[in-house]
Amino acid sequence: MHTRSNTLVVTLCVALSMFLTTALLPPLAAKAEAKEPYKVGAIFAVTGRASFLGEPEKKTVEMIAEEINAAGGINGHPLELIVYDDEGDATKCNVAMKRLISQDNVPVVIGPSTSGTSLAVVSVADKAQIPLISCAASKKIVMPVEKRHWVFKVAGSDIHVAQRIFAHMKAKGITKVAIMTGTTGFGASGREELLAFAPKFGIAIVADERYGPKDTDLTAQLTKIKGTDAQAIVNWSIGPTQVLAVKNWRALGMGHLPLYQSHGFGSRKNIELCGKDAEGVLCPLARVNIGRLLPDSHIQKKVVMKYTETYEKKYHEPISSFGGHAWDSLHIAVKALEAVGPDRAKIRDFIEDLTGFVGQHGVFNFSATDHNGLSEDDLEMVVVKDGDWAIAR
Amino acid sequence: MEQITLSGQLVQYAITGLTVGSIYALVAIGFNIIYNVTEIINFAQGEFVMLGGLFMVFFARVLDMPVPLAFLMTIAGVMAIGIMMERFAIFPAKNASVLTMIIITIACSILLKGAAMYGWGKDPFTLPPFTDRKPFVFMGAAVFPQSIWVVVTTLVVVFFLTMFFKRTKFGKAMIASSDNRDAAQLMGINVKTMVMVSFGLSAAVGAVAGVVITPISLMEYDRGTLLGLKGFGAAVLGGLGHFYGAVAAGFIVGLIESFCAGLVSSGYKDAAALLVLLLVLFVKPSGLFGSKEVMKMKEF
Repeated sequence: MHTRSNTLVVTLCVALSMFLTTALLPPLAAKAEAKEPYKVGAIFAVTGRASFLGEPEKKTVEMIAEEINAAGGINGHPLELIVYDDEGDATKCNVAMKRLISQDNVPVVIGPSTSGTSLAVVSVADKAQIPLISCAASKKIVMPVEKRHWVFKVAGSDIHVAQRIFAHMKAKGITKVAIMTGTTGFGASGREELLAFAPKFGIAIVADERYGPKDTDLTAQLTKIKGTDAQAIVNWSIGPTQVLAVKNWRALGMGHLPLYQSHGFGSRKNIELCGKDAEGVLCPLARVNIGRLLPDSHIQKKVVMKYTETYEKKYHEPISSFGGHAWDSLHIAVKALEAVGPDRAKIRDFIEDLTGFVGQHGVFNFSATDHNGLSEDDLEMVVVKDGDWAIAR
Repeated sequence: MEQITLSGQLVQYAITGLTVGSIYALVAIGFNIIYNVTEIINFAQGEFVMLGGLFMVFFARVLDMPVPLAFLMTIAGVMAIGIMMERFAIFPAKNASVLTMIIITIACSILLKGAAMYGWGKDPFTLPPFTDRKPFVFMGAAVFPQSIWVVVTTLVVVFFLTMFFKRTKFGKAMIASSDNRDAAQLMGINVKTMVMVSFGLSAAVGAVAGVVITPISLMEYDRGTLLGLKGFGAAVLGGLGHFYGAVAAGFIVGLIESFCAGLVSSGYKDAAALLVLLLVLFVKPSGLFGSKEVMKMKEF
């Protein structure tokens, strides 16, 4: 009985997907007849806990596919996107990956959205020898590079953020720094990089404070920092604690010590929650978040503004840096398809040699030793001014 | 600018500890009210705090009600949820063991958390402080006026609850229902009503905690669980069922956390509070203020 109902569900799903494909594809395919479509597989956490990543990612790639097909496809081949939702679940991600490889037979896969799901499929990609362009941040996705022959990622690393913050401090003559990090994976990884890179910039960590993701008060940590000779504070966490850090920092009258937040702070919602207290808070952000602030002469200005404007017009919501990852990964895949056609090995080699690719999160320069292609220069230091971001001097 | 002096630091840790401790104390009191009447440990207690904060956000920020009115509406709203929880989840299972009831409260906690996520979303919310947002300096430490509100509110709540249970007939009846259910019933006390009132009352106390802490700590749908856990720790430390014990223990837990974060290591502050709790339980299993004799009479 159980198997029978399962078969029924599968049959229904197949019928439904066939119906949907036949219903949706013809108008797209009609424009670039004759030539067979180029497929790109995508796995995003469209629903579930990480849907704040996957949803804008899916919307972004769908928008790009429409644009490309409206403009005549890739060398005349229409682009066929196959998007699966892994719900942020490693097992489902694995299944989707295998399906893309063997059933859909795609030449390249973009996604998954989270570090956890990405790490769950890097070995699958390597084994099946299919290029994978992950949208997640962990450096382990592309390291060690000899074991990640087929894997790339378009999200920046914590290393870059730590380096960018310290470089900015160094330019200001700051040598003694207090750090505060959350005890989550995000905070712990940030703490690791901050401690590792401080000596390279001649910076001493004079206080190393931690707190839980649900803590209600950070004044104890900040008071301890107040008692040291720190010249600046770095706070590295996600969620409400980074707002608490700002409020408590201001309340304790520590405004004279510059407060640097990690890239986790890069949402306008955080500025709103902090209110006036946020004035002067510094934060390194990818330029996709601040398209309107970039000078016209900046190399990324045009691509970022085009994405920002078309996305906001189409979906009536602000862009997110996560959608930017999807933009970068799909455009890199399309560029490869355009240059070498749907051949897995050739696509991989093309991406590894790709340099000077201007994307949403920076200018990508891939190499045999760097499958991320970004650097700390791809982050802009911004400061909160009059309730909005401004480029920091 | 000049650095903070050591004494200033110590005062600052104490203030932080007392503020956070007040909330633990209020949560612990909520546990005690229900425990006193029913012997149930209500693990949805933290959720009442979360709902208090979020209801207040709804009434004060979305509907733009004046603060006192929003405050009353919030308490009424969360109380209604507490009573509904008793009517629809606890009451129908009246013949079940206390342990089953406790598990039911865990289910309620998950349900409330999920409903709050559905209603308010996953983002945190904030509230303006009740009075002036500028902190003032006291003995070298910065004090948020809201912290004073938190501590004073806690003391007021404890005072009135104690009065209620010790001095009023209704309060005494509630205690009696717990001491001996059958005897209380024979004396003409409607035990079922008492149980319902205890849930409403503890929901109200939780709501008060949520309202006063939100301007300081923000509030989002999944914060209740941890507050509930800390509050439970305080309730056990102070001796289950003991109001002043709960307050003292709440402050102790808050102070330990704060001083550990400041003087030892902020990474270990949660562990420090739990360690003290374990040590106390090893030496005195009934908690700091609980008595052995009372413990023996209870199922838990």
